[in-house]
Amino acid sequence: MSERAAAVDVELGAGDGWTYELPAGALLRIVDLHGNQAVDTLFFDAHDYANRYSAVDTLREQGSAYLGLGSQLLALDGEPLVSIVADTCGRHDTLGGACSQESNVVRYGEHTRDMHACRNTFLAQALAWGRGLDKRDLSANVNFFMNVPLTPEGGLHFADGISAPGRYVELSAERDTLVLISNCPQLNNPCNGYDPTPVRLLVWDAP
Amino acid sequence: MHTHAEAQAPITDPCTNAEASAETHTAILDLVLGAGASFSRVCRRGSALTLVDLEGGANLCALLYRAEDPLERYCMPDTLKAQHVSRLSAGVALYSDMGRVLASIVADSCGWHDTISGHSTPALLAQRWGTRSYQQARNDWRRSARELLLVELAKHGLGPRDLVANINFFTKVAISPEGDFTYTPGHSPAGSSVTLRFELDTLLVLAATPHPLDPQPQFSPRPVGITLEPSAPAGEDDPVRCACPENERGFAASEQTLR
Repeated sequence: MSERAAAVDVELGAGDGWTYELPAGALLRIVDLHGNQAVDTLFFDAHDYANRYSAVDTLREQGSAYLGLGSQLLALDGEPLVSIVADTCGRHDTLGGACSQESNVVRYGEHTRDMHACRNTFLAQALAWGRGLDKRDLSANVNFFMNVPLTPEGGLHFADGISAPGRYVELSAERDTLVLISNCPQLNNPCNGYDPTPVRLLVWDAP
Repeated sequence: MHTHAEAQAPITDPCTNAEASAETHTAILDLVLGAGASFSRVCRRGSALTLVDLEGGANLCALLYRAEDPLERYCMPDTLKAQHVSRLSAGVALYSDMGRVLASIVADSCGWHDTISGHSTPALLAQRWGTRSYQQARNDWRRSARELLLVELAKHGLGPRDLVANINFFTKVAISPEGDFTYTPGHSPAGSSVTLRFELDTLLVLAATPHPLDPQPQFSPRPVGITLEPSAPAGEDDPVRCACPENERGFAASEQTLR
């Protein structure tokens, strides 16, 4: 795809949010410009926000714990919202959730309470978007470029990222899909290499 | 419970042991959740719920909401990442999305309860086992977990937007080193049990219906015994509280709301 032909081409700063309604057939590319940057992302059926992305349905139906090329991201109705049609990273998390002030306190201690967090970004994006979108709608998300390996013994770990500068993932919209992104501001674990960085977002309309 | 209390009567001196006996043996609730049925109720802080897989092979879908404000609810990702686990078992706290512990697993004979593979929908049930209507089967009609959970949620003014990743008690979906999922048949023998102690008043929503990966050719829901009993709150040296610094902070956040 020619980058010059993209309908949208924006750089999303570290810690910033982005909301976009992706028409069916459109393509969204998320580029990890500097490497090891978690991109927390929510998906909704654009015509029924209650029918949103479901991580557990997606993982069960694909039979594995990580997202990658070929993954179909299912809504609660069991049908895909978007599909991963290109992926130069190789593995993306959808079990680690999005950071919040409250989970930061649990995980890292009281001194992190006032730190910037993804769920605040999502709430701000939802409020700005309006149309009834609120906290009840903020559920399972994808963490693109984030590495959260599970173990056969039942463990789960936040590991160093397997992404690198310039790696990207491309999503094809299977229906009109509302996308909310929080470019993760987390400073307390290796998901952003302890230094959140910008990502590039490109959208091509349906051919 | 009547039968149990009467059986205890001959060895209990009513003058000295009546109060202790009541504390030890009086259940708040004692029932059998029928195969394929659903249930919901508010379970108070200071109580503990024991779930028993009466026949073996049960799957019990569960969702938890803070009774005082159901906008706060069980959060699978926060539960897993706070404790670095991908399954639930004894010693694991069940976190809300607001950094508080709603309930703790204080006893468990299974060692693994799933929370990362969701529940059945009408389409999945029809595809796996076929439909059976009320007209065809009366109360043996087949309802998916999704339908059961939504009806229970609606009893409390909640709806589809409140559906989040659920717990599947008594089910294990094993994870390979590469991350592949495999349903584990026979994981829960008859008599398996798990006990939840509530750290905050919690709306509990349950559906006793097969997991969508259950390979049984016949639709085989199983009944689950449910007993809610008084329970002392978590002490300073409670094993779930002390399992990790994260849990100490999660318990403190729950207890902070009581002041």
